Amino acid sequence: MTGALPTGARAGIASCAACGLLSRPAGPGNAGSCPRCGEPLAFRRRDAVQRTWALVIAAAICYLPANTLPVMTTITLKSSEPSTIIGGVVDLYEAGSWVLASIVLIASVVIPLGKLGALAYLLATVRHRSGRRNRERTRLYRLLKTVGRWSMLDVFVATYVVALIRFQPFLSVTPGPGVPFFAAVVILTIFAADAFDPRLIWDSGGETRGEDD
Amino acid sequence: MAYLPTDIVACPDCDLLERIPPLPPGGTARCARCGRALAAGKPGSIDRTTALAAAALIVFLLANAEPLMELSAAGRETTTTILGGVREMWRQGERASSVLVALFAVAAPGLHIGFTLAVLLAARRPPAPRWVGDMLRWAEVYGLWSMVEVMMLGILVSLVKIASLAAVTPGAGLYAVGALVFLLAAMSASFDPREVWPRVRWRNGAGQPPSFPEAAGAAGGER
Repeated sequence: MTGALPTGARAGIASCAACGLLSRPAGPGNAGSCPRCGEPLAFRRRDAVQRTWALVIAAAICYLPANTLPVMTTITLKSSEPSTIIGGVVDLYEAGSWVLASIVLIASVVIPLGKLGALAYLLATVRHRSGRRNRERTRLYRLLKTVGRWSMLDVFVATYVVALIRFQPFLSVTPGPGVPFFAAVVILTIFAADAFDPRLIWDSGGETRGEDD
Repeated sequence: MAYLPTDIVACPDCDLLERIPPLPPGGTARCARCGRALAAGKPGSIDRTTALAAAALIVFLLANAEPLMELSAAGRETTTTILGGVREMWRQGERASSVLVALFAVAAPGLHIGFTLAVLLAARRPPAPRWVGDMLRWAEVYGLWSMVEVMMLGILVSLVKIASLAAVTPGAGLYAVGALVFLLAAMSASFDPREVWPRVRWRNGAGQPPSFPEAAGAAGGER
């Protein structure tokens, strides 16, 4: 294929982020808003790279206390035993439910870490204007957007264990300070994936279908 | 302001301009460059989604009213509902987490269902007023933060954790949450915003499909 493929930005046409209508923005300084639904128009998400980096870094900072601080403390007459996320995975594994242990491990460790790593990779390749593996990188981005929510799993587990184990003073469970940090990681990574603009992957070339294969 | 006919779209993931052909039922139009699903043939989407949303609303109310599970140990019993978990987290001082659980498990799914239903009912008689478009956008935002399926798995994991300590009896609320997971998935899958948008009155008060005198020329120029 020769020449550039027709993209919205090249044709001077902006697609509405809310309703998808294509329209020609009013002017270069002020793009105006979608004539159909009123959403402000833009060719690319505003400051996508900077905002995504900021959210990725904030999430990475919260990830440390989320994993080192206890998420639950089990209180009995004799003892008070705090447990972290990894501790919870080990407990599940030792209780014989390795399926659930691996689900929790994937949701709490693999997904958030993978999401941070993948977003950093996408940001770095966009910065170096890589034209390779565009299709795969776009697919990776779509995957990130769908799996991110599952990291919230441990927050729900803590909530319902705490709500049910209320046999004071014999046995009770209290939530630990790791829970809000963990929730923060999940929310920040969801916002980070939302702030990134996958069209940036395609802006530096690597045009045609199957070029990388 | 010039706009293009709505069968031309820019891929949201790679910005390629493409024309969406008429799709057979069950057919999907994918971006030729990046593979993103651009549109799907969903005949009768508005009727089917209205039915699913109404069912989801009823099950959602049940899921919130009935206890999720009962627990007995040391001669005592405890029970919790979805909001019971939220209340207990708040009482124990984890206020931020408690508010987030309330948002993701109750507010977001409730508003997602309610707004979707309102949009679909209003879209039955086009042209629908402009607020329908605003509601449609909010319904999408609430859908993004609705985490009923994650909560369902979280409840199951906590059940297993607790089972070694005490006798657990699942309640009606747990079955309702399970049904809600499937209804929400079906509702989202059958919903087609591309069928709703053409029925909404335009913000600029003018242009209403299918007459695009100015835009037809512009589109011809891009191809």
